[in-house]
Amino acid sequence: MWNRDRWIEIFETIRKNKLRTALSGFTVALGIFIFVTLFGFGNGLKNAFNTFFLDDATNTLWVYPAQTTKPYKGFKSRRRIIFRNDDLQDLQDQYGLLLEGITPRISRSALVRHKNESNTYSVRAVGPSHQAVEKTIITKGRYINQSDVENRTKNAVIGRLVAQDLFGKEPPMGKYVELNDIAFKVVGVYKDEGGDNEERMVYIPYTTRQQLLSGTDEIDQIVLSFRPEIGHAGALQLEGKMMRFLKRKHSVDPSDPAGIYIRNVADDLKQNQDFAGVLQYIVTFVGLGTLIAGIIGISNIMVYVVRERTKELGIRKAIGATPKSVIRMILHESIFITTVAGYIGLLAGIGTLALIGDRLEDYFIINPQIHMGTAVFATFILILFGAIAGYVPAKRAAKIKPIVALRDE
Amino acid sequence: MITLENIHKSYNLDSNPLHVLKGINLKIEEGDLVAIMGASGSGKSTLLNILGMLDEADEGTYMLDNTRIANMSETQAAQYRNKFLGFVFQSFNLISYKTALENVSLPLYYQGVSRKIRQSKAADQLAKVGLAERTHHLPSELSGGEKQRVAIARALAADPKVLLADEPTGALDSKTSFELMALIQEINNQGKTIIVITHEHDIAHMCKRIVQLKDGVIVDDKRIKQVNALAHVE
Repeated sequence: MWNRDRWIEIFETIRKNKLRTALSGFTVALGIFIFVTLFGFGNGLKNAFNTFFLDDATNTLWVYPAQTTKPYKGFKSRRRIIFRNDDLQDLQDQYGLLLEGITPRISRSALVRHKNESNTYSVRAVGPSHQAVEKTIITKGRYINQSDVENRTKNAVIGRLVAQDLFGKEPPMGKYVELNDIAFKVVGVYKDEGGDNEERMVYIPYTTRQQLLSGTDEIDQIVLSFRPEIGHAGALQLEGKMMRFLKRKHSVDPSDPAGIYIRNVADDLKQNQDFAGVLQYIVTFVGLGTLIAGIIGISNIMVYVVRERTKELGIRKAIGATPKSVIRMILHESIFITTVAGYIGLLAGIGTLALIGDRLEDYFIINPQIHMGTAVFATFILILFGAIAGYVPAKRAAKIKPIVALRDE
Repeated sequence: MITLENIHKSYNLDSNPLHVLKGINLKIEEGDLVAIMGASGSGKSTLLNILGMLDEADEGTYMLDNTRIANMSETQAAQYRNKFLGFVFQSFNLISYKTALENVSLPLYYQGVSRKIRQSKAADQLAKVGLAERTHHLPSELSGGEKQRVAIARALAADPKVLLADEPTGALDSKTSFELMALIQEINNQGKTIIVITHEHDIAHMCKRIVQLKDGVIVDDKRIKQVNALAHVE
């Protein structure tokens, strides 16, 4: 390997056969480059997926009331179940030890106006615990607090994009916005990792909303976050207990599939993770495909290179080259070229990914990256197969009698 | 130097075997200059290939410098070729991307000679064939005669026992041919055993002995009065 003479011989051959060298080097560099960028894009896609779908808290249960489908205890079927504030209180009393937080949510859309700027946004009436459930990040001021809920204040927390739309460069804190002509004071601005839509919302205290809805105490839905320590199994148990409790309380037939729904985000999480897993398979498949294409490419080139050199190899054999030295020469040269070219392709690919960075976020590619180990492994595989692809024809060429090789024109 | 006894060789072409050499007996002493003549198809190229260990005989014994040449592995054959034989081909067979000097030093490379010694020996050899000025030219920059001189220098670089020349003047005009034969005679005069395959009578008569081949057997083998090639070169 470190025989200086052999290296000199190889460098001379490389220098004097630039086309051949460029051809095989280019194939390997391109193969690795495409592999690294595609694999990186795949990872970027996965990152985007994770950001969009896995941003909410995962220890969450959503409880919805709905119509019953069975008659029960003298009630007719198709009765509409309605949650009220006391349901919230009961759940808190019953399961408080297992819960991190509990909050109602009443969603309505409203025309929101500040001075001459106005737009229709979704307005969510919530309790303080809602912040943790949505992973809302307060950037200025504060979130809805317990005192807002108790005093039915007309305070609002607006999304980053709402502030941008309505206030422009003007600082929104302490200013007033009109929600369907009722003035609310802006006490906080938030951002959310879940994308633009999540940042086009307004949060107000749920008690205020109930008062505005002519003094009702109805609730659209209840959102609970349970302690993560209870785990997935504990969450399923909690879900079952709450279902039985609420059905008994609202006189719903225990066997009625409708009436009350509970959505467990932990289950959603599993589905999303499965989907992310499928994405991972696709990324791996694309990567493998590229790698195989690269291997086929380098194999073809190597077969061609050896074919082209048949006569030269015949001459070398006639003047004393042993079959072993012929094979060694071809392998040494091909491994050297593929290693250098593979390294160049690797650097180019990683450089390209770094350059792209988050510029393709609009195309759902976030922070495209490739694991260094994966990239190096791919390069190694390509070099290895390049060597194998060179070895087979080289061995054949080394075997043919010099007289046959010399006749080859 | 060379002894052939009852050499037979057949090729299987389209399932009916073609008997090319039908019992060749030949003895060549050290320092001889032998021309092997014959029409095409007479078996002279096959004979040269067997002499050059590029091909193996089916039957018979081949002794080269008191060594029996038979059942050799490719590696052994390569080592023997390198040590005992030098080849000169009709189509020169120089490596196109290597300079004259690099071509000539290649047999030494395969002997494991160090780079410096290789280059100085190759330069000496090129000077001997009159190409001292051409050492760094590529084959494409040399004339036909010059290319064949490089080939001869290469064949001699490893100081082989026998020089085998297959139609060495086949691709050259007559003046260049005679110049080349003069060189071959000069090398022979220094003691090297040389075998020349040719179909040209004037070339054959510049050797010391003519072996006539016909249909795979030697029909004539005689010593001749050598014609001095230099006399033909004005």
